[in-house]
Amino acid sequence: MPDNAAIAHDARESANAADKANGAHLEHPDYLRHHFESVEQQADTTNFAMWLFLLTEVMFFGGLFTAYLIYRNWYYPAFVAGSHQLDVVWGTLNTVVLIASSFTMAMGVWCAETRRRRGLMLCLSLTFVLGLVFLGIKTIEYHEKWEKHHVPGLHYSLRSFTDPQSDPEIFKEYHDKALMPDMARHTEIYFSLYFAMTGMHALHMIIGIGILAFMIYRAKAGAYTSGHVTFVENFGLYWHFVDIIWIYLFALLYLISRHQ
Amino acid sequence: MKETNEHEHHIVGPGVYVVILLALLLGTGLTVWASFLELGPWNPVIALAIATTKAILVVLFFMHVKYSTKLTKLTVFSGIFMFLVLISMTLADYISRAWGSW
Repeated sequence: MPDNAAIAHDARESANAADKANGAHLEHPDYLRHHFESVEQQADTTNFAMWLFLLTEVMFFGGLFTAYLIYRNWYYPAFVAGSHQLDVVWGTLNTVVLIASSFTMAMGVWCAETRRRRGLMLCLSLTFVLGLVFLGIKTIEYHEKWEKHHVPGLHYSLRSFTDPQSDPEIFKEYHDKALMPDMARHTEIYFSLYFAMTGMHALHMIIGIGILAFMIYRAKAGAYTSGHVTFVENFGLYWHFVDIIWIYLFALLYLISRHQ
Repeated sequence: MKETNEHEHHIVGPGVYVVILLALLLGTGLTVWASFLELGPWNPVIALAIATTKAILVVLFFMHVKYSTKLTKLTVFSGIFMFLVLISMTLADYISRAWGSW
Protein backbone atom coordinates (compact mmCIF):
# COMPACT_ATOMS: atom_id res chain seq x y z
CA MET A 1 0.00 0.00 0.00
CA PRO A 2 2.70 2.54 0.85
CA ASP A 3 4.20 1.70 -2.55
CA ASN A 4 0.94 2.53 -4.27
CA ALA A 5 0.64 5.75 -2.34
CA ALA A 6 4.19 6.64 -3.22
CA ILE A 7 3.58 5.88 -6.89
CA ALA A 8 0.39 7.93 -6.86
CA HIS A 9 2.26 10.72 -5.16
CA ASP A 10 5.06 10.58 -7.72
CA ALA A 11 2.53 10.57 -10.50
CA ARG A 12 0.82 13.61 -9.08
CA GLU A 13 4.13 15.38 -8.55
CA SER A 14 5.19 14.79 -12.12
CA ALA A 15 1.75 15.81 -13.36
CA ASN A 16 2.05 18.98 -11.31
CA ALA A 17 5.47 19.62 -12.75
CA ALA A 18 4.00 19.17 -16.23
CA ASP A 19 1.16 21.53 -15.32
CA LYS A 20 3.56 24.15 -14.13
CA ALA A 21 5.29 23.85 -17.45
CA ASN A 22 1.95 24.32 -19.19
CA GLY A 23 0.80 26.95 -16.75
CA ALA A 24 -2.37 25.04 -15.85
CA HIS A 25 -3.74 22.13 -13.86
CA LEU A 26 -4.69 19.41 -16.25
CA GLU A 27 -5.33 16.31 -14.20
CA HIS A 28 -7.98 17.74 -11.84
CA PRO A 29 -10.28 20.75 -11.53
CA ASP A 30 -8.46 23.77 -10.13
CA TYR A 31 -10.89 24.01 -7.21
CA LEU A 32 -9.89 20.58 -5.88
CA ARG A 33 -7.41 21.19 -3.07
CA HIS A 34 -4.41 18.89 -3.09
CA HIS A 35 -5.06 17.41 0.34
CA PHE A 36 -8.33 15.86 -0.87
CA GLU A 37 -8.58 12.67 -2.87
CA SER A 38 -11.54 13.72 -4.96
CA VAL A 39 -14.07 16.47 -5.52
CA GLU A 40 -16.70 14.35 -3.71
CA GLN A 41 -14.48 13.92 -0.68
CA GLN A 42 -13.80 17.67 -0.61
CA ALA A 43 -17.52 18.45 -0.88
CA ASP A 44 -18.44 15.98 1.90
CA THR A 45 -15.73 17.39 4.14
CA THR A 46 -16.82 21.01 3.77
CA ASN A 47 -20.46 19.97 4.22
CA PHE A 48 -19.52 18.19 7.47
CA ALA A 49 -17.58 21.24 8.68
CA MET A 50 -20.47 23.56 7.88
CA TRP A 51 -22.82 21.39 9.94
CA LEU A 52 -20.39 21.43 12.86
CA PHE A 53 -20.45 25.24 12.69
CA LEU A 54 -24.25 25.22 12.57
CA LEU A 55 -24.35 22.98 15.65
CA THR A 56 -22.34 25.58 17.58
CA GLU A 57 -25.00 28.05 16.44
CA VAL A 58 -27.74 25.72 17.70
CA MET A 59 -26.04 25.73 21.12
CA PHE A 60 -25.67 29.52 21.01
CA PHE A 61 -29.32 30.21 20.24
CA GLY A 62 -30.25 27.25 22.46
CA GLY A 63 -28.93 29.11 25.49
CA LEU A 64 -31.20 32.05 24.68
CA PHE A 65 -34.19 29.78 24.10
CA THR A 66 -33.57 28.03 27.43
CA ALA A 67 -33.36 31.35 29.26
CA TYR A 68 -36.63 32.38 27.62
CA LEU A 69 -38.29 29.11 28.64
CA ILE A 70 -37.27 29.41 32.29
CA TYR A 71 -38.07 33.11 32.67
CA ARG A 72 -41.41 32.65 30.94
CA ASN A 73 -42.36 30.09 33.57
CA TRP A 74 -41.09 32.27 36.41
CA TYR A 75 -42.69 35.54 35.38
CA TYR A 76 -45.57 34.16 33.36
CA PRO A 77 -48.02 37.12 33.61
CA ALA A 78 -45.28 39.58 32.64
CA PHE A 79 -44.28 37.46 29.64
CA VAL A 80 -47.86 37.14 28.48
CA ALA A 81 -48.38 40.91 28.74
CA GLY A 82 -45.07 41.54 26.97
CA SER A 83 -45.98 39.14 24.17
CA HIS A 84 -49.29 40.95 23.65
CA GLN A 85 -47.29 44.00 22.58
CA LEU A 86 -46.06 42.16 19.47
CA ASP A 87 -48.04 42.43 16.26
CA VAL A 88 -48.97 39.00 14.87
CA VAL A 89 -49.55 40.49 11.40
CA TRP A 90 -45.98 41.76 11.11
CA GLY A 91 -44.69 38.51 12.58
CA THR A 92 -46.65 36.38 10.11
CA LEU A 93 -45.61 38.56 7.20
CA ASN A 94 -41.95 38.25 8.19
CA THR A 95 -42.29 34.47 8.51
CA VAL A 96 -43.69 34.29 4.98
CA VAL A 97 -40.92 36.58 3.68
CA LEU A 98 -38.23 34.45 5.28
CA ILE A 99 -39.71 31.16 4.08
CA ALA A 100 -39.90 32.63 0.56
CA SER A 101 -36.24 33.67 0.83
CA SER A 102 -35.30 30.14 1.90
CA PHE A 103 -37.11 28.86 -1.19
CA THR A 104 -35.28 31.27 -3.53
CA MET A 105 -31.99 30.28 -1.86
CA ALA A 106 -32.72 26.58 -2.38
CA MET A 107 -33.53 27.35 -6.02
CA GLY A 108 -30.23 29.23 -6.22
CA VAL A 109 -28.38 26.08 -5.15
CA TRP A 110 -30.22 24.14 -7.83
CA CYS A 111 -29.29 26.78 -10.46
CA ALA A 112 -25.63 26.54 -9.41
CA GLU A 113 -25.71 22.74 -9.60
CA THR A 114 -27.30 22.80 -13.04
CA ARG A 115 -24.98 25.62 -14.20
CA ARG A 116 -27.62 28.31 -14.84
CA ARG A 117 -25.73 31.55 -14.33
CA ARG A 118 -28.63 33.93 -14.93
CA GLY A 119 -30.99 31.82 -12.83
CA LEU A 120 -28.45 31.76 -10.00
CA MET A 121 -28.06 35.55 -10.11
CA LEU A 122 -31.83 36.00 -10.11
CA CYS A 123 -32.29 33.63 -7.14
CA LEU A 124 -29.48 35.20 -5.12
CA SER A 125 -30.82 38.69 -5.86
CA LEU A 126 -34.35 37.70 -4.80
CA THR A 127 -32.95 36.18 -1.58
CA PHE A 128 -31.01 39.40 -1.01
CA VAL A 129 -34.12 41.57 -1.50
CA LEU A 130 -36.33 39.34 0.67
CA GLY A 131 -33.65 39.49 3.40
CA LEU A 132 -33.79 43.29 3.25
CA VAL A 133 -37.62 43.24 3.38
CA PHE A 134 -37.40 41.11 6.52
CA LEU A 135 -35.02 43.58 8.15
CA GLY A 136 -37.24 46.49 7.06
CA ILE A 137 -40.28 44.97 8.77
CA LYS A 138 -38.16 44.23 11.83
CA THR A 139 -37.12 47.89 11.89
CA ILE A 140 -40.77 49.00 11.87
CA GLU A 141 -41.42 46.71 14.83
CA TYR A 142 -38.33 47.91 16.72
CA HIS A 143 -39.31 51.52 16.08
CA GLU A 144 -42.71 50.90 17.63
CA LYS A 145 -41.03 49.46 20.75
CA TRP A 146 -38.77 52.50 20.87
CA GLU A 147 -41.69 54.91 20.69
CA LYS A 148 -43.60 53.10 23.43
CA HIS A 149 -40.51 53.02 25.69
CA HIS A 150 -40.34 49.24 25.61
CA VAL A 151 -36.59 49.06 24.99
CA PRO A 152 -34.96 47.73 28.19
CA GLY A 153 -32.57 50.14 29.87
CA LEU A 154 -33.54 53.13 27.71
CA HIS A 155 -36.26 55.03 29.60
CA TYR A 156 -38.22 51.81 29.95
CA SER A 157 -41.85 52.47 30.79
CA LEU A 158 -44.19 50.13 32.69
CA ARG A 159 -47.27 52.15 31.84
CA SER A 160 -48.71 49.71 29.25
CA PHE A 161 -48.57 46.97 31.90
CA THR A 162 -49.58 48.72 35.13
CA ASP A 163 -52.31 50.66 33.32
CA PRO A 164 -53.33 48.61 30.24
CA GLN A 165 -56.09 51.06 29.25
CA SER A 166 -53.43 53.68 28.58
CA ASP A 167 -52.49 51.49 25.58
CA PRO A 168 -55.90 51.32 23.80
CA GLU A 169 -54.77 49.46 20.66
CA ILE A 170 -53.45 46.53 22.66
CA PHE A 171 -56.20 46.75 25.27
CA LYS A 172 -59.08 46.45 22.84
CA GLU A 173 -57.55 43.25 21.43
CA TYR A 174 -56.52 41.48 24.64
CA HIS A 175 -58.30 43.19 27.59
CA ASP A 176 -55.29 42.57 29.82
CA LYS A 177 -55.68 43.12 33.54
CA ALA A 178 -53.26 45.56 35.19
CA LEU A 179 -50.11 43.95 36.60
CA MET A 180 -48.75 44.77 40.05
CA PRO A 181 -45.63 46.93 39.68
CA ASP A 182 -43.24 44.18 40.85
CA MET A 183 -44.60 41.79 38.20
CA ALA A 184 -44.87 44.54 35.58
CA ARG A 185 -41.18 45.32 35.89
CA HIS A 186 -40.41 41.76 34.76
CA THR A 187 -41.75 42.69 31.32
CA GLU A 188 -38.33 44.29 30.95
CA ILE A 189 -36.86 40.75 31.04
CA TYR A 190 -39.30 39.72 28.32
CA PHE A 191 -38.16 42.60 26.13
CA SER A 192 -34.49 41.99 26.97
CA LEU A 193 -34.87 38.44 25.67
CA TYR A 194 -36.99 39.67 22.75
CA PHE A 195 -34.28 42.09 21.65
CA ALA A 196 -31.44 39.65 22.38
CA MET A 197 -33.03 36.85 20.35
CA THR A 198 -34.46 38.83 17.44
CA GLY A 199 -31.37 41.06 17.48
CA MET A 200 -28.94 38.13 17.21
CA HIS A 201 -31.18 36.69 14.53
CA ALA A 202 -31.15 40.02 12.67
CA LEU A 203 -27.35 40.17 12.98
CA HIS A 204 -27.18 36.76 11.31
CA MET A 205 -29.44 38.11 8.56
CA ILE A 206 -27.21 41.18 8.08
CA ILE A 207 -24.10 38.99 7.80
CA GLY A 208 -25.97 36.71 5.39
CA ILE A 209 -27.08 39.65 3.23
CA GLY A 210 -23.46 40.86 3.10
CA ILE A 211 -22.29 37.43 1.92
CA LEU A 212 -25.16 37.34 -0.61
CA ALA A 213 -23.96 40.64 -2.10
CA PHE A 214 -20.48 39.15 -2.44
CA MET A 215 -21.91 36.00 -4.04
CA ILE A 216 -24.03 37.95 -6.53
CA TYR A 217 -20.89 39.85 -7.56
CA ARG A 218 -18.94 36.61 -7.97
CA ALA A 219 -21.81 34.75 -9.64
CA LYS A 220 -21.89 37.43 -12.33
CA ALA A 221 -18.40 36.32 -13.32
CA GLY A 222 -19.61 32.71 -13.44
CA ALA A 223 -17.86 31.65 -10.24
CA TYR A 224 -20.40 29.07 -9.05
CA THR A 225 -21.71 27.75 -12.33
CA SER A 226 -18.65 25.86 -13.52
CA GLY A 227 -19.04 22.80 -11.28
CA HIS A 228 -17.82 24.18 -7.95
CA VAL A 229 -20.98 24.83 -5.94
CA THR A 230 -19.68 24.29 -2.39
CA PHE A 231 -19.78 27.96 -1.39
CA VAL A 232 -23.36 28.48 -2.57
CA GLU A 233 -24.44 25.18 -1.02
CA ASN A 234 -22.93 25.89 2.39
CA PHE A 235 -24.21 29.45 2.41
CA GLY A 236 -27.63 27.94 1.70
CA LEU A 237 -27.28 25.81 4.84
CA TYR A 238 -26.52 28.95 6.85
CA TRP A 239 -29.49 30.82 5.38
CA HIS A 240 -31.91 27.94 6.03
CA PHE A 241 -30.59 27.65 9.57
CA VAL A 242 -31.40 31.32 10.17
CA ASP A 243 -34.87 30.60 8.78
CA ILE A 244 -35.36 27.75 11.29
CA ILE A 245 -34.36 30.03 14.19
CA TRP A 246 -37.04 32.49 13.08
CA ILE A 247 -39.68 29.75 12.82
CA TYR A 248 -39.13 29.07 16.54
CA LEU A 249 -38.85 32.75 17.49
CA PHE A 250 -42.17 33.44 15.76
CA ALA A 251 -43.89 30.63 17.66
CA LEU A 252 -42.36 31.44 21.05
CA LEU A 253 -42.42 35.24 21.03
CA TYR A 254 -45.56 36.00 19.02
CA LEU A 255 -47.95 33.07 19.14
CA ILE A 256 -47.99 31.01 22.32
CA SER A 257 -49.23 33.69 24.76
CA ARG A 258 -52.11 35.14 22.79
CA HIS A 259 -54.88 33.63 24.92
CA GLN A 260 -53.44 33.68 28.40
CA MET B 1 -7.07 2.52 -0.07
CA LYS B 2 -9.45 5.11 -1.32
CA GLU B 3 -12.63 5.18 0.76
CA THR B 4 -15.67 4.81 -1.36
CA ASN B 5 -18.04 7.71 -1.26
CA GLU B 6 -21.52 6.80 -0.17
CA HIS B 7 -23.25 8.88 -2.77
CA GLU B 8 -23.00 10.72 -5.98
CA HIS B 9 -23.78 14.41 -5.55
CA HIS B 10 -27.57 14.42 -5.45
CA ILE B 11 -29.30 17.36 -7.08
CA VAL B 12 -32.67 18.22 -5.51
CA GLY B 13 -34.95 19.69 -8.14
CA PRO B 14 -37.41 22.61 -8.18
CA GLY B 15 -40.42 20.31 -7.83
CA VAL B 16 -39.38 19.20 -4.34
CA TYR B 17 -38.61 22.80 -3.34
CA VAL B 18 -42.02 24.05 -4.49
CA VAL B 19 -43.80 21.31 -2.52
CA ILE B 20 -41.79 22.13 0.61
CA LEU B 21 -42.43 25.87 0.14
CA LEU B 22 -46.18 25.21 -0.01
CA ALA B 23 -46.00 22.92 3.03
CA LEU B 24 -44.12 25.60 5.01
CA LEU B 25 -46.64 28.29 4.04
CA LEU B 26 -49.48 25.95 5.00
CA GLY B 27 -47.76 25.30 8.35
CA THR B 28 -47.43 29.05 8.93
CA GLY B 29 -51.12 29.56 8.17
CA LEU B 30 -52.09 26.68 10.47
CA THR B 31 -50.01 27.88 13.39
CA VAL B 32 -51.36 31.44 13.15
CA TRP B 33 -54.93 30.09 12.91
CA ALA B 34 -54.33 27.81 15.93
CA SER B 35 -53.06 30.79 17.95
CA PHE B 36 -56.51 32.38 17.63
CA LEU B 37 -58.18 29.36 19.25
CA GLU B 38 -58.60 29.05 22.99
CA LEU B 39 -56.77 25.80 23.78
CA GLY B 40 -55.27 26.49 27.20
CA PRO B 41 -52.03 24.55 27.72
CA TRP B 42 -52.29 23.11 24.20
CA ASN B 43 -51.60 26.45 22.50
CA PRO B 44 -47.82 26.31 23.08
CA VAL B 45 -47.74 22.55 22.43
CA ILE B 46 -49.41 22.96 19.03
CA ALA B 47 -47.30 26.01 18.11
CA LEU B 48 -44.07 24.16 18.94
CA ALA B 49 -45.21 20.97 17.21
CA ILE B 50 -45.93 22.89 13.99
CA ALA B 51 -42.65 24.84 14.28
CA THR B 52 -40.75 21.57 14.72
CA THR B 53 -42.50 20.00 11.72
CA LYS B 54 -41.54 23.03 9.62
CA ALA B 55 -37.94 22.89 10.90
CA ILE B 56 -37.70 19.17 10.04
CA LEU B 57 -38.94 19.87 6.49
CA VAL B 58 -36.34 22.62 6.07
CA VAL B 59 -33.53 20.41 7.41
CA LEU B 60 -34.46 17.35 5.34
CA PHE B 61 -35.18 19.01 2.00
CA PHE B 62 -33.88 22.60 1.79
CA MET B 63 -30.74 21.57 3.67
CA HIS B 64 -30.52 18.26 1.77
CA VAL B 65 -29.98 16.11 4.87
CA LYS B 66 -32.31 13.46 3.44
CA TYR B 67 -29.86 13.08 0.54
CA SER B 68 -26.65 13.52 2.55
CA THR B 69 -23.98 11.11 3.72
CA LYS B 70 -24.45 9.04 6.86
CA LEU B 71 -21.79 11.20 8.48
CA THR B 72 -23.86 14.35 7.97
CA LYS B 73 -27.05 12.63 9.16
CA LEU B 74 -25.31 11.38 12.29
CA THR B 75 -23.78 14.81 12.94
CA VAL B 76 -27.11 16.62 12.67
CA PHE B 77 -28.94 14.05 14.77
CA SER B 78 -26.32 13.87 17.53
CA GLY B 79 -26.06 17.67 17.68
CA ILE B 80 -29.79 18.11 18.14
CA PHE B 81 -29.90 15.22 20.59
CA MET B 82 -27.11 16.86 22.60
CA PHE B 83 -29.06 20.13 22.63
CA LEU B 84 -32.13 18.32 23.96
CA VAL B 85 -30.02 16.62 26.65
CA LEU B 86 -28.64 20.00 27.75
CA ILE B 87 -32.05 21.65 27.83
CA SER B 88 -33.61 18.74 29.81
CA MET B 89 -30.77 18.73 32.35
CA THR B 90 -31.03 22.50 32.83
CA LEU B 91 -34.79 22.31 33.28
CA ALA B 92 -34.50 19.29 35.60
CA ASP B 93 -32.14 21.35 37.73
CA TYR B 94 -34.47 24.35 37.92
CA ILE B 95 -37.58 22.28 38.51
CA SER B 96 -35.97 20.29 41.33
CA ARG B 97 -34.75 23.38 43.18
CA ALA B 98 -37.55 25.33 44.84
CA TRP B 99 -39.64 25.59 41.68
CA GLY B 100 -42.49 28.05 42.31
CA SER B 101 -40.95 29.80 45.31
CA TRP B 102 -39.03 32.63 43.67
